[in-house]
Amino acid sequence: MNNSTLIQYLPIAIMFLIAVAFVVVTMVASHLLGPKKYSKVKYNVFECGVHSEGNARNPFAVKYFLTALLFVLFDVEVIFMYPWATNFKELGLFGVIEVLTFSLLLLVGLYYLLKKDVLNIRD
Amino acid sequence: MLGLSVHQWLFGILSFLAVLFSLMVVFSRSPINSVLYLIMSFFSISGIYLLLDAQFLAVVNIVVYAGAIMVLFLFVIMLMNLNHDTEPQRTVLTKIIAGIIGGMLLLVLTSVLKGSSALNKSFYGTSEVGLIKNLGNVLFTEFLFPFEIVSVLLLAAMVGAVMMGKKNIN
Repeated sequence: MNNSTLIQYLPIAIMFLIAVAFVVVTMVASHLLGPKKYSKVKYNVFECGVHSEGNARNPFAVKYFLTALLFVLFDVEVIFMYPWATNFKELGLFGVIEVLTFSLLLLVGLYYLLKKDVLNIRD
Repeated sequence: MLGLSVHQWLFGILSFLAVLFSLMVVFSRSPINSVLYLIMSFFSISGIYLLLDAQFLAVVNIVVYAGAIMVLFLFVIMLMNLNHDTEPQRTVLTKIIAGIIGGMLLLVLTSVLKGSSALNKSFYGTSEVGLIKNLGNVLFTEFLFPFEIVSVLLLAAMVGAVMMGKKNIN
């Protein structure tokens, strides 16, 4: 990467700076401008409903984690489709066959998941 | 500025941030803070990827690692039931063993990288090799077989996750 391509990243750098600056400015401004009133009701976790009990460190079922994990796997699959999509015309039918074999193997996995009832998080 | 180019300045800043945030991951008391520092570390590493002409890798690093994998890390921390009374005590012995193992890994990595010829190359070319179009061109012609193997790897990960995570497989 030379200096001319480096200039191309300037808008991204500015975007990052604005994003960070926005967070900092809003947090500082809300601290400075907001009224500071302490009341027990205000600092309660929930203002209505059931009172909170114990701490938040309760382990939950692993099936939610499994769903998230499987999402990441299919996320990676989609990422491999980006280079194909940008080269779609150059690769032609060959590329279609390649990605079809790639996707078919993962579709087998999806069929396996549906058969094993992994994606059903209701029970 | 000090005889260094813009690239060297950027590389210096980004690598300093990457090392700093990695140290914060190790030294911060709360595991949630560790994960957040790790995300910052991944962002710095993505910046280094950009300097090395690996644009696609930089974006994927943010999307997959900083986005999805770190959410999984948070999930794992939530799953672990880290109450103070149930937290495993880290004795001096385990700290020493961890230090020795980490030091040996560092030794192996530096000795491998020291002899590598890739370090002598100047990476700051004018290539656009890491752009998604060029990468796709190579991936779908020259590295066709590894690409197809990736799907098998993903399938294996899928089956492995189900085998370990599901209690009663019917």
